[in-house]
Amino acid sequence: MLFGLHWDTSHGELAFAVSILPMLLIGMWVTIEASILGFFVAMVIGLGLAVLKGARLRIVRWPAMFVTEFIRDTPLLVQLFFLYYVLPDYGIVLPAFLTGALALGIQYSAYMSEVYRAGIEAVDHGQIEAAKALDLPGRRTFTHIVLPQAVPRVVPALGNYMVSIMKDVPVLSVVTVLEMLNVAKIIGDQTFDYLVPLSMVGGLYMILTLIASGIVRWVDVKLPKRGLALR
Amino acid sequence: MSEPIIRFDKVEKSFGAFNVLKDLDFEVAKGEKVTIIGPSGSGKSTVLRILMTLEDVTSGVVYVGGQPLWHEKKGERLVPASEAHLRKMRTQLGMVFQSFNLFPHMTVLRNLTEAPRVVLGLSKVAAKERADELLELVGLTEHAHKFPNQLSGGQQQRVGIARALAMRPKVMLFDEPTSALDPELVGEVLNVIRHLAEAHDLTMLMVTHEMRFAREISDRVCFFDQGRIREQGTPDEIFGNPKEKRTQQFLRAVTEAD
Repeated sequence: MLFGLHWDTSHGELAFAVSILPMLLIGMWVTIEASILGFFVAMVIGLGLAVLKGARLRIVRWPAMFVTEFIRDTPLLVQLFFLYYVLPDYGIVLPAFLTGALALGIQYSAYMSEVYRAGIEAVDHGQIEAAKALDLPGRRTFTHIVLPQAVPRVVPALGNYMVSIMKDVPVLSVVTVLEMLNVAKIIGDQTFDYLVPLSMVGGLYMILTLIASGIVRWVDVKLPKRGLALR
Repeated sequence: MSEPIIRFDKVEKSFGAFNVLKDLDFEVAKGEKVTIIGPSGSGKSTVLRILMTLEDVTSGVVYVGGQPLWHEKKGERLVPASEAHLRKMRTQLGMVFQSFNLFPHMTVLRNLTEAPRVVLGLSKVAAKERADELLELVGLTEHAHKFPNQLSGGQQQRVGIARALAMRPKVMLFDEPTSALDPELVGEVLNVIRHLAEAHDLTMLMVTHEMRFAREISDRVCFFDQGRIREQGTPDEIFGNPKEKRTQQFLRAVTEAD
């Protein structure tokens, strides 16, 4: 029994599969939530890191570069353990799910900051010169001239990270998050049938990532290539 | 003559080992229309870019409206300008770029209202009124809600001119405004600039390869060569009777290409 649902082990594989599907779907929902939350955390922190790494002052730029490098060069699992087991020592106690999503977000923020950086640097320098000639303040130039042109260009690359994040969610099972793989493993542990639940996880994952890629492609097509005008 | 609106005092500019401007003394009077001609690499665009604060000076002082542009007075001494000083000085100048540099994600109207609203603090209505006037001036009223990529090059450059004018600058800088245009689109842009040249109080400084146009609208033509003004004078003097051998060579070369 899991989530108050029962599995059917006495009417063949198909009946078993049908009976555990709702449980896996509950797990899948957790996977989706963790991916989306992690993705948004990564988008925000990644942009922050990208901005800091582009700063003129070295004392701002260097720490941001160091943090990015540090995050990229350490395994997600280490970061996850750190957040989950060390932070409570400092009075910060987060639920496993939030810790996991945060760890995913931080890990991917490092990668995304590089994507943002590339997008920002790809904006024609003439745009910045024109803004300067019009005496627009630097911050306004960044938020209203550079970023709106950079973001549409980096959407496909950011979207690919969304798929990667999804595929990394099973790592959260080590801190007890009941995402899809963890659910399948519990079912296997209790029914001694791993083949069916694990195969189903594989299939569900494929459907999930295909849909996610489809959404990314749709957003990419919908976004005006010239950039987004902000009010 | 009263205090010149632009004055270069022994200005040097180098990029690494390359000296773009050498010991340049150069003045422009208020309301004067000056054209800079010369071979590429002669430093002519750099003069405009220094004025627009897109490039700093290596040494020497540039004055705009009697005030140092790249420096600030600290007691008796001149120290490098702060960003606040540069921002204040910039409002006196407007620039039209060779590659237009319109904001591609904004409509024509928004291109024209963005800076007046943000920098000058104009209300939405006032900024739009100003933009409408300027669009009429450049003949693009019906294109206000289009995006730059929906316009021809000539139309885009006319928007570029209107956008610079929307800040009501005292000095307009034109950096090869027609060089990126197809030949048949050059005329419409030159017509707009010609129209502006009729305004007496607007100071205009233009780098161009359109020799006939330069001759027609300029009060003075400066021939730049190797970071210096090799020769300057009225259009008739420079085009009709150039004294320097380098000027003669250059003019012969460009008119042959015409």
